[in-house]
Amino acid sequence: MLRIRNLCATIDEKQILRGLNLDVAAGQVHAIMGPNGSGKSTFAQVLAGRNIYRVTADDLTFEGRNLLEMPAEVRARNGLFLAFQYPVEIPGVSNLYFMRSAVNAIRSHRGLPELDAVDFMSVARAHASKLGLDDAMLKRSVNESFSGGEKKRNEILQMMMLEPRLAVLDESDSGLDIDALKVVADGINAMRHPERSIILVTHYQRLLNYIEPDRVHVLIGGSIVRSGTRELALELEERGYSWLEQPAGVEA
Amino acid sequence: MQKDLEAINILSREYPYGFVTEIDEDSVDAGLSEDVIRLISAKKNEPEWLLEWRLRAYRQWLTMTEPTWANVHYPPIDYQTIRYYSAPKGRANDPKSLAEIDPELLRTYEKLGIPLREQELLAGVAVDAVFDSVSVATTFREKLEQAGIYFCSFSEAVQRYPDLVQKYLGSVVPYSDNFFATLNSAVFTDGSFVYVPRGVRCPMELSTYFRINAQETGQFERTLIIAEEGSYVSYLEGCTAPMRDRNQLHAAVVELIALDDAQIRYATVQNWYPGDKEGRGGIYNFVTKRGKCLGRNSKISWTQVETGSAITWKYPGCILMGDNSIGEFYSVALTNNYQQADTGTKMIHIGKNTKSTIISKGISAGHGQNSYRGLVKIVKGASNARNYSQCDSLLIGDQCGAHTFPYLEVKNSTAQVEHEASIFKIGEDQIFYCQQRGLSTEDAVSAIVNGFCKQVLQELPMEFAVEARKLLGVRLEGSVG
Repeated sequence: MLRIRNLCATIDEKQILRGLNLDVAAGQVHAIMGPNGSGKSTFAQVLAGRNIYRVTADDLTFEGRNLLEMPAEVRARNGLFLAFQYPVEIPGVSNLYFMRSAVNAIRSHRGLPELDAVDFMSVARAHASKLGLDDAMLKRSVNESFSGGEKKRNEILQMMMLEPRLAVLDESDSGLDIDALKVVADGINAMRHPERSIILVTHYQRLLNYIEPDRVHVLIGGSIVRSGTRELALELEERGYSWLEQPAGVEA
Repeated sequence: MQKDLEAINILSREYPYGFVTEIDEDSVDAGLSEDVIRLISAKKNEPEWLLEWRLRAYRQWLTMTEPTWANVHYPPIDYQTIRYYSAPKGRANDPKSLAEIDPELLRTYEKLGIPLREQELLAGVAVDAVFDSVSVATTFREKLEQAGIYFCSFSEAVQRYPDLVQKYLGSVVPYSDNFFATLNSAVFTDGSFVYVPRGVRCPMELSTYFRINAQETGQFERTLIIAEEGSYVSYLEGCTAPMRDRNQLHAAVVELIALDDAQIRYATVQNWYPGDKEGRGGIYNFVTKRGKCLGRNSKISWTQVETGSAITWKYPGCILMGDNSIGEFYSVALTNNYQQADTGTKMIHIGKNTKSTIISKGISAGHGQNSYRGLVKIVKGASNARNYSQCDSLLIGDQCGAHTFPYLEVKNSTAQVEHEASIFKIGEDQIFYCQQRGLSTEDAVSAIVNGFCKQVLQELPMEFAVEARKLLGVRLEGSVG
């Protein structure tokens, strides 16, 4: 599904990602954990194709396609989805209209007919209710005056609507109370599928109590310093990250 | 730009005095004089009073100087090089088919989703019998006449309804109003006329569109709309029509009159030729539009989406004379490349309990310069007047400019006036968010801009709103890298 070799990313002369390697197979859930400033969000945004970074890699392929040659919207249309840590507000554009434009952009790329407003509405309503979001929320402007929790759930709603092949969830758990966390986790679990991979970027292991990952990776200083199973997350919970911040991983 | 001006008006500057009348049926040599005005009036078979009115305007105009207060810049216009009568144009020089039309223009039409037949009409292709627009217009007019509504060209109105024209012409925008309106009063060639009788609700949206191939109204059009007591009319002006037009100066006048309990909605989607990417060519759109809420409880709403023209100079306003009357102004003005817009409104509160609302959305991209200029005036006797103004600007890129010039004159202490202004920039993060959902950069910009303009676009009739939305997208193509 996803193969990454020696991924580097720089912004404003500052190198954030330093030779990151990762393989994610179809159907797997991987968790990327790490302390603040380790490059987790940069990694998520670089995967999604944000062009404010200068990116190099020996290999960055998604389902056999070279991501480096694909602008963000093409990646999205090919099934790469990013749930934003800080979802962006678009005043005056209704959430429903925005999602329908997105769904239809992706459907047309896949050669499927556009969903009409009625069909779209019924699917959107069904998914929204699973996430505890009401119809009124669908009609409000994208992310405008949404609470923190609503924004996160709205990202999950968009993931459900867009049915991506690879979903990268950037701190979808942060700022959620325990009930909201469960709702979000249920939503993510419902998306698990043998043909779909999920990358969870998170600070805390608590999300992993609800979503069992196949692999856990620790990102420090822009590269993955350790990989393991769910036990690694528990160990991090107990010991923190400092024991992994070895000098060997730091470049001059 | 200077070059273009000259190129377009290559005809003799040495305009011969002692005007001779044996001229080409369809046009008059360039230049302006009393003789030219007499000729225009004669060609239109106008009554004496109208000729006198034109001449008074002309004499007044000679004493006036072109305004320079607007925040726009252009080389001086030589009014003696302009051809003041070229309508009705012969169709001989019109393109014969779409194959002769600028492909860039066709591409725009396509993007707007305008059907082929309409494209032909809009591009000014000589329309043959296959296209049924004439009969469409006729059926349309018969239906209106059954309701007692007059809807015809201005010239026709002068012939058929001279009393109405004489009563109301210049009653809102006097011939001495301003440099461009005065020029228009002297030389206007045609325009639209609407009269809605007492108590009648016009059964359809009236639009210049249906007459576009019948009338080439030219640079100096004049529109007069009268809504009698308790009547209602909604008028649509513009569409994407005259992009082919290479005329430089466009100085129109629109006058609206609403009597007791009457309501007029006037919507414009202006898409004149904006000039090329380097700012060469394009229309100077210097227009005076004003409505008079003459009666009690009357209401006039202006909605404009200004996307074209090299320069827009336009302040559709309302004179709120009747007690409880309401004036509204909803505006989107977009400037891209080297376009300049200085636009806004004037709300003059005279009657008691009068209310006005101003929603202005300025969008600047490229090297565009966009100014909002608005006057809210509340006279001494206008007790309990209320105004709400909101002026928002959206910047795309860092070479463009947005400016706001609000003027307030309040002479009555019971007035309530609110003004809000804001400025936004389209963020890279907003565009990335849209792209991450599969939208192209252009669709992302279009969605963001449309969201920004929502309050105004929702005032437009449905079909017009759809077209305006697309137009905003088309006009902003390539403005974000």
